[in-house]
Amino acid sequence: MTGEDAIPGSDMSPPDIDDRAIAAHVPRLRRYATALVGNRADADDLVQDCVEKALANRHALRDPSKLGGWLMTILHNLHISSQRGRRRRGAEVPVEDLADDLALSAPPADRGAVRDFVRAFAQLTDEHRTILLLTGMEGLSYREVAEVLELPIGTVMSRLARAREKLRILLDGGTQQVVRRIK
Amino acid sequence: MSGTRNPVTEAELHAWIDGELPEERLADVERHLAENPDVAQRFERYRAQRSLLGQSFGPLIDQPLPDRLTPPFTARDPSEKPALGRGWGRRRGAWWGMAIAASLLVFVAGGTSGWLLRDRIGGRTEPLTAAFIADAVAAHRVFSVEVRHPVEIGVDEEAHLVNWLSKRLGKNMRCPKVTRGGYQLIGGRLLADSVGPVAMYMYEDAAGRRITLYIRPSPNTSGSAFRFAQDGGVRALYWQDNGLALAVAGEADRDTLSNVAEEVYGALNS
Repeated sequence: MTGEDAIPGSDMSPPDIDDRAIAAHVPRLRRYATALVGNRADADDLVQDCVEKALANRHALRDPSKLGGWLMTILHNLHISSQRGRRRRGAEVPVEDLADDLALSAPPADRGAVRDFVRAFAQLTDEHRTILLLTGMEGLSYREVAEVLELPIGTVMSRLARAREKLRILLDGGTQQVVRRIK
Repeated sequence: MSGTRNPVTEAELHAWIDGELPEERLADVERHLAENPDVAQRFERYRAQRSLLGQSFGPLIDQPLPDRLTPPFTARDPSEKPALGRGWGRRRGAWWGMAIAASLLVFVAGGTSGWLLRDRIGGRTEPLTAAFIADAVAAHRVFSVEVRHPVEIGVDEEAHLVNWLSKRLGKNMRCPKVTRGGYQLIGGRLLADSVGPVAMYMYEDAAGRRITLYIRPSPNTSGSAFRFAQDGGVRALYWQDNGLALAVAGEADRDTLSNVAEEVYGALNS
């Protein structure tokens, strides 16, 4: 019953990535980008750039089943490069609007907690937001995160531990547990 | 503190939260947490963070898309690049070449893990398309992170739930209440997709990990073998049987999913 059919075609040329295949990933990319940059307009720019880069390089992706991770990597790299420009320009869009919007999507009793969480999350570094989103929101395994971010898996794990502790301090107050060694 | 055997590391505690702890270490980790309430409390906060993350940002996935993010995507002419307004210069272009090349190395070389969608190559005329898996996986992502309303009807009204879904889908929807892997049915809901009504059942284990079962009527199809797909951290097993297309999706490992799938298959055919 558990047939795992052999893939016939390493000798076949893979089908092209088309608009539809990419479009299926757009809602996820957009959610990730919005949580990462903290406002919708910049997130949409980022996703649009990502889609364009992907289409322009579509022939380079050998294995279409890796499209999702590949798009994440493209988006991640685009974000890093846009942050470099931003730091020079010093532009920063406040996260308040997004915090208010997201609070409204939550049940009334949870609104305060959601608003506080979105604000605290925005105070983390990009690196920490990225790692928390990929593991906690996108549900990627450590190995998959390592592939998307092009990092060793040990770095992924230690960065995740630090990010969680930073966020805990931001949310709960108190002093930071110094995590001396991860392994 | 836990004495004689391998001490539990910080990394293992995080792996425990993330469902990546090898089973043979589970007992040690649980003992360590029981003996160190401060550590247990800290990891409880981490777990709460994770669910707040899902609750806060999860709804973003349902936001309507602006035109520029829906197909057909118009690839902008490279000569028009400056119009992008995000400062794409020629120098960036060179940087991008390298970045893309670097990512490709990983994704071409890393053939062993992740992102396996086995049906796409080979031109098989397969009515059960990638769109079905995408829908099942998307539904899993949306509902499995729900804290307050993961299901529409809880397992306390199991008979009503099963009758209702069976009626709406026109098929027997009797599913196992508890699986051998320790997943318990917590309830279900009726969803709609482009084809019509869809039934979704949700299972949860003691650690709060969730598996969803997504069932769409699929008339005029014969049975098929289980097939495996993966999208990010979500893995899915899907198959067709008796006029239904079914997918079991979750962050669990493949063996766990496959056991649940077999039990579901058994229950629907009993």
